[in-house]
Amino acid sequence: MTAPQPQAERPLASRNSPVSWYEASARARVRLLLDAGSFQEFIGPEMREASPHLRVFDLPEQFDDGILVGRGSIGGSPVFVAAQEGRFMGGAFGEVHGAKLTGLLRAARDVKSIPVLILFDTGGVRLQEANAGELAIAEIMRAVIEARTAGVKVIGLIGGRSGCYGGGGLIAGCCSALAVSEQGRIGVSGPEVIETNRGVEEFDSKDRALVWRTMGGKNRRLLGGADAFCDDAVQDFRETALDLIATAGGFGIDSLKAEQARLEERLQTFGTCADAVDIWKAEGVPDPDDVPAMDADAFIAVANKIRRPSRDSR
Amino acid sequence: METLSFRHAARQRTAGSRKLALVGVVASGNLEVLAERVLPDTECQVEISTAAEGFGAVWGAVVADFVDRHSPGGLKLSINDGGARPDTVSLRLAQAVRSIAEEAR
Amino acid sequence: MTLDDILASLFPDGHDVQKNHGILLGSGQLKSGGDALVIGVTDRTPLGVDEAIRLSRAVLGSIGHDSGPILVIVDSDSQRMSKRDELLGLNEFLAHLAKCLIYADMQGRPTIGLLYGHSAAGAFLATALATRALVALPGADPVVMDLPSMSKVTKLSIDILTEKAKSTPIFAPSLDNLARTGAVLETWDETISLAEQLEALLERKRDAGDQRDALGKARKGRLKAADIAERVHELALQPR
Repeated sequence: MTAPQPQAERPLASRNSPVSWYEASARARVRLLLDAGSFQEFIGPEMREASPHLRVFDLPEQFDDGILVGRGSIGGSPVFVAAQEGRFMGGAFGEVHGAKLTGLLRAARDVKSIPVLILFDTGGVRLQEANAGELAIAEIMRAVIEARTAGVKVIGLIGGRSGCYGGGGLIAGCCSALAVSEQGRIGVSGPEVIETNRGVEEFDSKDRALVWRTMGGKNRRLLGGADAFCDDAVQDFRETALDLIATAGGFGIDSLKAEQARLEERLQTFGTCADAVDIWKAEGVPDPDDVPAMDADAFIAVANKIRRPSRDSR
Repeated sequence: METLSFRHAARQRTAGSRKLALVGVVASGNLEVLAERVLPDTECQVEISTAAEGFGAVWGAVVADFVDRHSPGGLKLSINDGGARPDTVSLRLAQAVRSIAEEAR
Repeated sequence: MTLDDILASLFPDGHDVQKNHGILLGSGQLKSGGDALVIGVTDRTPLGVDEAIRLSRAVLGSIGHDSGPILVIVDSDSQRMSKRDELLGLNEFLAHLAKCLIYADMQGRPTIGLLYGHSAAGAFLATALATRALVALPGADPVVMDLPSMSKVTKLSIDILTEKAKSTPIFAPSLDNLARTGAVLETWDETISLAEQLEALLERKRDAGDQRDALGKARKGRLKAADIAERVHELALQPR
């Protein structure tokens, strides 16, 4: 038997060619996002804290249960990081997976001075651990708000294979700010779930263009569901994360009231729009049909003209 | 689920000073390999957890071939298998050795 | 118990809770004096953008004006599954409602969830699971993931799933499983005054922080979560 010439699992990029966020594993994203060599993992894979609930389903485990959490630095400043591996069980939240993130956020709440980056890549609750997964998400949402109340910036980065769906979408909605790429999607019900429950007329899950117009990064940025749009490149996510850490607003009664007003206005203005293109047209985007095909730079320029991210209403 | 374990003698100690390396992801057709430098220099061990039962002989052959080529002395390699083909297993094992053979950062 | 029975038993001294397109809004007089703000979902209504915005508006309107507890009464479907709701950013609306409830609780307005019917998934997260203390009435049926859907995805029969569910509370829907894992604090007795049970709950010492993982561990329903969270917490607090 001959094996192909093994390549080290390193990005093929030189300094000049960008590394795809979408293609990178969770570990590669963390390694490349943070300052070189700065990452220190908490409960790493060698601790073998895998899920105790998959064996009964004859499903393989992953040593880190699909999420790595730890501390490092970005641009020289300390940061807590959590990164979901979207290719392991769809990045879904199980008991151990969720608890790692809960513990990290509670620590951030107590330390107060170190921001948190959450690299979302998840379909939501892991159905084989449904009750534990749902509870974990509820606990994470609470922990995010406790951390933000203590002054911590919690920044979500979304651009992976599994998007940010289900309970993940709710956690994202609790964050201080979100960055999303073209590949990123944010939603509660996934396309297939809507189609299964409501029929293909309601939502054709196989219509990729529809999925991306509705839930994809560009619509989220233009609608105000995400604060920044990134190219599918680790370097772009890195620069954007630094910017969001510096500029994201705080949390309190004022931000909640501003968010209520923002969401009410969205319903009033776009509540009868049948499709994302109608929203973009109503927002004054020139050539809204061209939005899906726009490259990142062109799109960012358009988005910044249409809607500056609101720092104080998330 | 099946657990397999193979112990081999190795010609030489794995280069480098890193204690730990992880490659791969547990997804369909893929696997993860955790390499730990915890054994005597001329021994190695490969442990596999897999949902595909009854392929012990194939795993044995892949592991024997890997040990022969790469001489991973001192390493315990632990695998969570997502249903990978033998050539993917060989690739990941080689990547794991390559990764742990680097100098510690 | 019907919804009217529940409200009458909770607030024997009177309430003005109204139902409007599946959403409950109002207040009720507490036995100990003062009022509780009441919000909720009824008639197994799905929680979409139009419903969530009304609930969050009521919570925010109460902050700074009222001082009593907030009761979240739930018999909902899941989140509304529609193109429109996703298009408009349902995740933000649901998260916003949860944030309002969590904020209110942190500011000293105890939030109590009362599950008397159904709830599922995103609706469950934004309402019942966003409260400090979640209680249920017998016969409530919260569902994170229903077995038929699970059967479709896992390709295992419902019989097999039901069999597997005998050995773990971690996946199958049931009030008992959600109590054992720490989501549901207690199940109330329908045959005695709900007002008294509410008073007893409100009088209890408020736990610092979210105790659900500790509760799940104590009840042996969730054995890893509390310890893993605590270990990460400790490691993260250590100086580099």
